[in-house]
Amino acid sequence: MNYLSHVLTHLRKDLRLEWRSRDAINGMLFFALLVVVVFSLAFDPTAAMSRQIAGGILWVALLFASTTALNQAWTREQRNRVLEAQRMAPSPPSALFLGKALANLIFVASVEIVLAPLFTVFYNLHVLGQGWLLAVIMPLGTWALVCNGTFFAALGLRTRNRELLLPVILFPISIPALLGMMQATTAVLSGEFSPNPWIRLLVAYNIAFTAACLLLFEIVLNAE
Amino acid sequence: MQRSRIFGPIGAVWFVLTLAAIVHATRLGLLLAPTEATMGNVQRIFYYHVPSSMLSLVFPYVNFIASVAYLFWRRRDPLKALTADAVAISSAEVTVVYSSICLLTGMLWGRAAWGIWWTWDARLTSMLLLWLLYVSYLMLRKFSSTGQTHTLAAVLSVFAAIDVPIVFMSIRWWRTQHPAPVFGGGPDSGIDASMKPAFGWNVLAWALWGVLLLALRYALERRRQEREQEAALQAIEASLEMAQ
Repeated sequence: MNYLSHVLTHLRKDLRLEWRSRDAINGMLFFALLVVVVFSLAFDPTAAMSRQIAGGILWVALLFASTTALNQAWTREQRNRVLEAQRMAPSPPSALFLGKALANLIFVASVEIVLAPLFTVFYNLHVLGQGWLLAVIMPLGTWALVCNGTFFAALGLRTRNRELLLPVILFPISIPALLGMMQATTAVLSGEFSPNPWIRLLVAYNIAFTAACLLLFEIVLNAE
Repeated sequence: MQRSRIFGPIGAVWFVLTLAAIVHATRLGLLLAPTEATMGNVQRIFYYHVPSSMLSLVFPYVNFIASVAYLFWRRRDPLKALTADAVAISSAEVTVVYSSICLLTGMLWGRAAWGIWWTWDARLTSMLLLWLLYVSYLMLRKFSSTGQTHTLAAVLSVFAAIDVPIVFMSIRWWRTQHPAPVFGGGPDSGIDASMKPAFGWNVLAWALWGVLLLALRYALERRRQEREQEAALQAIEASLEMAQ
């Protein structure tokens, strides 16, 4: 088997597990919806104001929601000591990571697809910039969250206070990415400035951290 | 068992030199340096703010290099790896100390000079993020159970090192209120010649102090590691006696 088929096997396994339980997606979707509703109650935005803040709120909701799901991403592997078996398996560890991260990307993306129309309705959104750019920004931003999130969830697997540790180390590292996705989304929604530098920032961030995650995952998986 | 010494003769000399440098630098900075034209005596906090901000950008490099060294020696030479890990945690703690001082003195100065304690400006935000990164590093060390702390922390340190340049670039695009860098910020930058000795001595004194802190913390961490090894050794011996 080559590298790609290892990745696809891991990805298929995760998708099948999720398809049967639907824990992660349902939990995330409802959680994100709640955050959106609470923010809408808190700020009571007008149409002009919501264009300014919607980008930030959307990403904060997705950030919190994906954190809850990422915390659970590896606990599945701990049941029946599957993770021990994964460590002994001859497949490259980074393939395991990549499969898991891609699965998480698909989960969060499907939450975004359901959330987007609701979000537009709740915040009376009317996009003033180039709306198609959102199709670039959303996957880039989601991957920035999910790639590091999956990695840090694995890093925190054998620690105390696992649920607390993930946001505590994920948020500070992700701040430039968060800034990039929020600014780019706000730029598209309000049409007041160009989202291009922020998209470039996201691309650079993704390249740097995806490489780091792939290179260092073996160390984390086998940390004793 | 021989304990590694906390305070050898070199340490004592270093300590005396550091104290002398701090006294001299304080005298220069607070009493002898000329009063600045527009801000008056308030400007004297500059002699603490800028050196601590410069040093809080130096110690993260020590942390990063020590972490990479740890990852390199982890399998090849575990004893050297433990040394590197002790350097890594000491430098992370010193980083947090210096960036806290930088943030606090900056807030005091900002209140006096700009009329506000805080603003989300490029340099302030990036220094705060540096502080957050290293606090999260220390949190990870605190939360992980012994035995794997070193490796996980070293990996996080590598991530932080990748993050720092991205943070600095992105925040700079975001907004700027802080004055341009005093040194190397253009033709008008730099300070008056009469202020230079006070500034130079303060940088030197606080650098000496930082290294002293780092060395003390390092010695403490080494002692803790030795005690841990001793305990592990005793446990093994006890289990062997039980078997006989």
